[in-house]
This record gives sequence, C-alpha cells and structure tokens, in this order.
Amino acid sequence: MVKGVNLRVLPGKVTALVGESGSGKSVISQSVMGILPSTGRVSGKILFTDPLDGKTTDILQLPQDGEAIRSLRGSRMAKIFQEPMTSLSPLHTVGNQISEVLDIHTEATKDERRAQTEEMLGLVGFSRPSRTYDMYPFELSGGMRQRAMIAMALICRPALLIADEPTTALDVTIQAQILELLRELQHKLNMAMLLITHDLGVVANMADEVVVIYHGEIMEAGPVDAIFRTPQHPYLKGLMAAVPHFDMKPGERLKALREVPVNSDTLWAKKKQIENAPDILLSVRDLTKTYTTRKSGLFGGKGSTTVRAVDGVSFDIRRGECLGLVGESGSGKTTVSKILMRAVTPDGGSVSFDDGHGRIDVLAAEGDALMELRTKIQMVFQDPVSSLSPRMTVQNILSEPLEIHGRGDGAYRLEKVRALMQAIGLDQRYLNRYPHSFSGGQRQRIGIARSLALGPQLLICDEPVSALDVSVQAQILNLLKDLQKQLGLTYLFISHNLAVVDYMADRIAVMCGGRIVEIAPREIILRNPVHPYTRGLLAAVPFPDLDRPLDFETLQASGASDQRAWGAQFSSDGSGEGLAPADLGEGHLVLARRSVDARELRSW
Amino acid sequence: MLRYILWRIAAMIPTLLIISALVFIIIELPPGNFLDSQIAEMQAQGETVNLQDLEELRHQYGFDQPPVLRYFNWLGGMLHGDFGYSFEYQLPVSEVVGDRLWLTVLVSFVTILFTWLLAFPIGMYSATHQYSWSDYGLTFLGLLGIAIPNFMLALILMYFANIWFGTSIGHLMDQKFLGEPMSWEKARSILSHLWIPVIIVGTAGTAGMIRRLRANLLDELQKQYVMTARAKGLHPFKTLVKYPLRMALNFFVSDIGSILPSIISGAEITAIVLSLETTGPMLIKALQSQDMYLAGSFLMFLAFLTVIGVLISDIALAFLDPRIRLAGRSTK
Repeated sequence: MVKGVNLRVLPGKVTALVGESGSGKSVISQSVMGILPSTGRVSGKILFTDPLDGKTTDILQLPQDGEAIRSLRGSRMAKIFQEPMTSLSPLHTVGNQISEVLDIHTEATKDERRAQTEEMLGLVGFSRPSRTYDMYPFELSGGMRQRAMIAMALICRPALLIADEPTTALDVTIQAQILELLRELQHKLNMAMLLITHDLGVVANMADEVVVIYHGEIMEAGPVDAIFRTPQHPYLKGLMAAVPHFDMKPGERLKALREVPVNSDTLWAKKKQIENAPDILLSVRDLTKTYTTRKSGLFGGKGSTTVRAVDGVSFDIRRGECLGLVGESGSGKTTVSKILMRAVTPDGGSVSFDDGHGRIDVLAAEGDALMELRTKIQMVFQDPVSSLSPRMTVQNILSEPLEIHGRGDGAYRLEKVRALMQAIGLDQRYLNRYPHSFSGGQRQRIGIARSLALGPQLLICDEPVSALDVSVQAQILNLLKDLQKQLGLTYLFISHNLAVVDYMADRIAVMCGGRIVEIAPREIILRNPVHPYTRGLLAAVPFPDLDRPLDFETLQASGASDQRAWGAQFSSDGSGEGLAPADLGEGHLVLARRSVDARELRSW
Repeated sequence: MLRYILWRIAAMIPTLLIISALVFIIIELPPGNFLDSQIAEMQAQGETVNLQDLEELRHQYGFDQPPVLRYFNWLGGMLHGDFGYSFEYQLPVSEVVGDRLWLTVLVSFVTILFTWLLAFPIGMYSATHQYSWSDYGLTFLGLLGIAIPNFMLALILMYFANIWFGTSIGHLMDQKFLGEPMSWEKARSILSHLWIPVIIVGTAGTAGMIRRLRANLLDELQKQYVMTARAKGLHPFKTLVKYPLRMALNFFVSDIGSILPSIISGAEITAIVLSLETTGPMLIKALQSQDMYLAGSFLMFLAFLTVIGVLISDIALAFLDPRIRLAGRSTK
C-alpha cells in the first residue's frame, strides 16, 4: 500500500498530506497512532517527540495496543475522522464519550471531568455546553458532530492532531467554519497538525508544509509556497490543472490526468433538428413538496413537523443549455430532480416538457405517454457503486433500457451497446465484465452510457462527480461536456460544488430551504451575486490559490442559510407579505420582498 | 415512557382476545370432541355405552351448548383463574399443570443461563479472533451443535450413559420422589438430573447465539467509532465491551420476546425422549387426545407469554438505545 514514505510534521505547524483515494493517506495516519488493522504490516520508523518533555519514541517499537502506546493515544496525539456520523457511538452521550478521554488519561474526578468537558465544548463553539453534554450524537447536525469530535480529540491538549479528511463530508459553509475552528485551536494550543485531504483548496488555506502522495509513494514535498507556486512533479501539476476554479476563461477546458476520447458518431444518426422547436425544453412552475414527519418518537408529546422540501420552485431549461442547480444538503435539489423523473409526486405545481413533438405534461403523463417521456428524460446518479447492479454485466446494464422499451432485436441492441461503449471511451472487450472490475470513474461512465441508451433530450445529473477523485472528476466533466456538444443534449446539473457547476453550467440556480433564491447566467452570479445566501456560499469555497485565502471574518457563525442574517429585503417578515423573484435584468432573478426594487437589492 | 407502557398494555387486550378466538377455533376444528373419541375407544374395546349417562356427561361438560357460548364460558373462566377441566386427567387444568410448570421453568431458566454464559465469551472471542484456527474450531463445533437435532443428541447421550455408566439419564428426578412434597433429598435429585437436559436443549441455542453474536460483533467492529475509541487510548477489551458489544446487544434484547414462550413449551420432543416431567409432553398429548381445555389453556398461556415477552423486549430496547427513545426530540 505504502512504499518508502518519509514525511515530517513540525511542532506548531500544519503539514497537509494530499492524495486521491487509495493513495495510502489513511494507512499512514493509522500507523502513526498504531491503530492500523492487524492485517497490515508496517516497517520503518515513526518518531514522535513530545514537546512537553522532549522525549522521543519510535511508535513502531511499542507493543501493539500496549500500555505505552495507549498512554500516547488520545492524550499526546489525537485524531479526527472523516465521517462525523459514524465516528461517534450513537448509544452514548456526547459528554460521556468526550470525558472518557479524561477518565483514561487523567486522575480527574467525575465532577472535574464534566467541568473540563463542558469547557472544551464551549471552546469548539457549542452555545450551551451543559445541555450538549447530555445529548446523543444523532441529535446534532453533521457540523456540530464534527465539533464534538474535535472537542474529544483536543480535550487532553495533544501535541499532535491528525485530521483525516475532517471536512469532506460537510457542506462548504460548514466546512469553512470547521477549518476556521481547527486553525484557531491549532494556534491557541500550539499543536502540530497532520491534515489529510484531497482538496487542494483546503490545503492552500490551512497548510504550512505539503506532502503529495500517489499510489503509496511521495511525489513531492515542501513548504506550501513552493508547492503551489512552482509545482515540479507532473502528477502535482496535473492535479492542479484538473481542479475547476472560478477564474477559468469561457471555453477553457480542464486537463484531466487521463483524458477519454469521445466518439459518438456511431451512436445514433444525427437527429434532424426540428424546425420550429420551442426554445424552452422544460418548464417548471410553482413546484411544492412537503414532507410530514412524526415528531414524537416512542415517548413524549405527539405532534408533527412539516418540512417544505420544495417550496414554490419555478425555472425553465432552454434547449441545449446546461442549467446548474446549487445548494447545500437539505436544500431540496434532489427532491426537485426526483419530481422531474416522476419518482416523487409533488403536492402542487406543473412541469411541462416540449421537444418540438408537442407539449407533455410531465406530472400527468400515464401509460404510453409516460413510457415515451422516460425515453426523453434520463438521469445520471451520484454513487457509481450502488447505481449499477453488481449482478449484471456491462452489456446487460446498457441494453436493459432498450429491452424495456422494446427497441430492435438482439443484434440491433448489441450494435447499439457497442456504440455506447465507444461513445464513453470504454473498450468493447469489457462488455462481459461486471461493474466491480471497473474503477469509480469508469463506472460513472457506464452510468452515463446507460442514461444515453434511449437517446434522451434532457439529462439530469445529480451530483455526478461528488463521489469521484479530483483527477477523475475532470475526466467525467469533460466527457459530459463533449457529449453535450456532439449530441445536442440539455443538462440539469445538480451539485453542491460551486466550482464544478461554474465549469459546466450556462445558467446557475441557487437553492436554499426548498426555494430558488437566485438564478442568473453563470458570469453574473459569480461576479455579481446579489442574494446573501449566494454570497455566503461563494465566500465559503476554499480556492486552491495562496493569494485568495478564505476570509474567515465574513463567514457567518450560523451558516449561510440562517435567514436572520440575510437582511430585511430577503426574508419575509411574517406579516403575510410574501417573497417573489425580483427581475434584475439579463435573466437575473432574486428572491426578495415584493416591495423592494432592484436598485435597493443591488446596493445591499 | 409511562404513557407508552400503559398504551402497550392496553393494546395487549384486543391482541389476546383475537388470539383466544383463534385458539378456540383451532381446537374446535377437528371433528368430534373428547367424549366422542372416548366413546369410540370404548366401543372399539367392546364395551357398551349408556346413552343416558352420555347425555348427562355432554350436558355437564357443556358440549350441548353452541360453540359461541362455550367460547365465552371458557374465556370468562380464564379471567378468574378457572382454566377448565381436563378430561384426560379428570382434574382441573390448573392442578394437572401445577408441579410440572415449575419444573419446566426451572429447566428452561437454567438452560438459558447456560446458553448465555457459554455463548457470550465464545462469541466475543470468535469475533475478535476472526479467521484464526480457534475461530474455525469454535465455528465448527457451533455448526455441529446447530446441525444435530436435540432429540438425536438426547438418544445418543442416553445410549452412551447406559453403556459407560450403566445409568439411565431420563427423567428429572428419581422416580420415588414423584408426587412427593419438596424436600432436600428431592431438590438434590432434581439438581443431579438437571444438567443432562440443560446440555441437550442448550446446545443448539448456544451454537445459534454464538453465530449471531459473532456476526453482529463483526459488523460493529468494522465501524468507525471503534477506531475512535482506540484512538482515545482505551484498553482494547474495555473498547469491545463498551462500544461494539453494547451495540450488538440489540439483537439479543429483541430475542427476549421469543425466549419467554419457549420457557414453557420447552423442547417438547427432547422432553418426551428423556421422559422429563415438564409441560412439553403434556401439551402434545393433550393435543392428540382432544383434551380441549388443557390444550387451549396451554396455547393461551404461550400466546400470553409471547405478547408479554415482546412488550418486555420493546421496553428494554427503548431503555438501551437512545435512538429509539429519543428519535424526534428537538434537534439543535
């Protein structure tokens, strides 16, 4: 897994370990703490010098799980994990799990432990530590859980903190808060930190030194300045060129580490452009969907909460364009896409689809009309692992849509499947393989090919690259762009990653709390955002650029979706005066109070 | 919490009513009744039957009443502890069952203790030493335990006990104590007989529980929070007990629901093979001879214990798992 790796973490400094999944980052971090699963063998030296007494120990020489290593773990070196959902036990209170560290490493009494734990919880940003102490992890949001995790790691004031992808599972605005918290505490406690990440933007904002790892070998290491300004190794250069960023010129193309040639010539005969096809392909009006959750568990008062997952959403998708839909988790993006696919029935609103063969009411289509509609709107899913059946060969997967819709005979289907394989740049020899023998990027390409099998007009891409590594991400994005150009496709591109949406989309819609708060052409929304939520979202994206550090000052403590911080123009006052999209010209719409005019909004 | 428990107890009443109706229908389903089969038997032996007496008996036992009426009589009787009359034994049901019930509870209780005491350490060991030779060995033994039917094991043990020790291992006590009041001698006799059925009945259960505990623990050991606990410097054994074992207990608690009724029905076939003085053989005999009140009371009792068992395990789960208890509490 890992071959001849050397790296150092200086006291009081941050070393970032950068690499893709499977590059051996986590193996390194686990062996530093001696918590590698017993199947692994480690040789070499891991020297840990405790700044308190200056004593140096070779961690690999200590007996596994012995007294000596256990007294270091949690006390002198601590770790934060990626998944705040699973890295805390759901059956024990937050306070119990944090104060356990004190119980192991200190002589403190029960009351002292509680006091210290509450102090630490306050330090990581809980407003009511004594209440949090008795809460269970599942009662906290993802960002709050990660704060609790940080409190647990830091309670004994360790000399070394290992943060293994601490913000990867979080929304960008939460990520910015956690990064700020980590940096602040690192300075305050003067700890060394080993930050493991795949996100160059996080590295640029956090690190003093950078180590780049690829397939278990160190490619390049050095101070963060040298790494970002004069990268030497081709892998590192490639990695940097593969990350979409906001300063890309229109038409500039990402350089994927491994480019895939697209050849769709044989896919289907060039479609005759319908002469008087309308400009607008899909039109969504006032879509609403509410979910009601029973509030009472087994005990306690009854009652139900209604969540407005989608709240009066309207937008149009023009023929041949790519509309980006951005928002944090829980903003309703995915519900919208499911409604368009007729997987979820909305409570109200209308969706109409018109490709020149007549208007179809998407929400009312039944029977044959629905089958016909299915061939015109297709979906690319987020997770390339679970969206392909592990028991079907690639050929089965790709020809299944054709079989369902009774297209042609066996020979025709095979020909079509071959053409699809060619279109996504996969070798035809792979037709009889099963999904597990492909990498994540290849699987996602198979998913794209499947969605193209019926020759759809509109492709809904729901976070198609979120589960992929940076280098593969560029490849898939380029593939989608090429296919769009060659086949004249229209995309609804859903993502939480603004930079990715910026690269793909012609127009961008920003969703928050089930509503579209701002929609505008790409350049306008990025250069001149009006809505405070959009601004907050943009401010929270870490750039892989040393000259544009995150401005932690302007980040709101409560996250960008906190309506109280939005200003009166953008929030309804509850007196019945509703919010409506205000037109700022050039297709730029912002959700604001009806009474406010455009100039007031701009000057906000 | 209290409201929930009260609500659940209230919900038990209609459940039990429906079950009682089903039980009554089932024991009424076979054609004829106990008297008919008795008469048939007597006639087969060439005895004459006095029709006059017969009618009187029919009337006495209420067989001339419509089934609905008999159902309500039976139900009403059960409510104040009158479980009806066993024709076979010519005694009230409660007296027939009496002594045997306590012996059954004793056997089953000791069996469950035996199962837990054996299964927990072995399951934990197997899970933490996955794919080691000791794990394979224990797994093999466990699979043997599951695969061999209990009564078969009983027969084998009986055979070898006879050949090697020259003793019969049947029964729960020396036959001279049968029907005697409890005494030190009798208690000792019971204890010295107890271990055989406990081992035989407990083997399969132990093996099954080891497999389930191992599988559950293996799942939990993969979870991230185990790594978190290790990264805190917690002792490996304490980690195992505090986090994964605690999580793996959920399945175990859900099991309580099915344990309670099995305490009473307690391995009928093994009990017959070993001629144990438990309720199992009696239930089977009652079903065969259409001794309807005895059989009906048994079935009702089993149903009652099942419902109670499920209630207990639900409440215990809520106590153990805050996710069940607090789901929906306001989140911050």
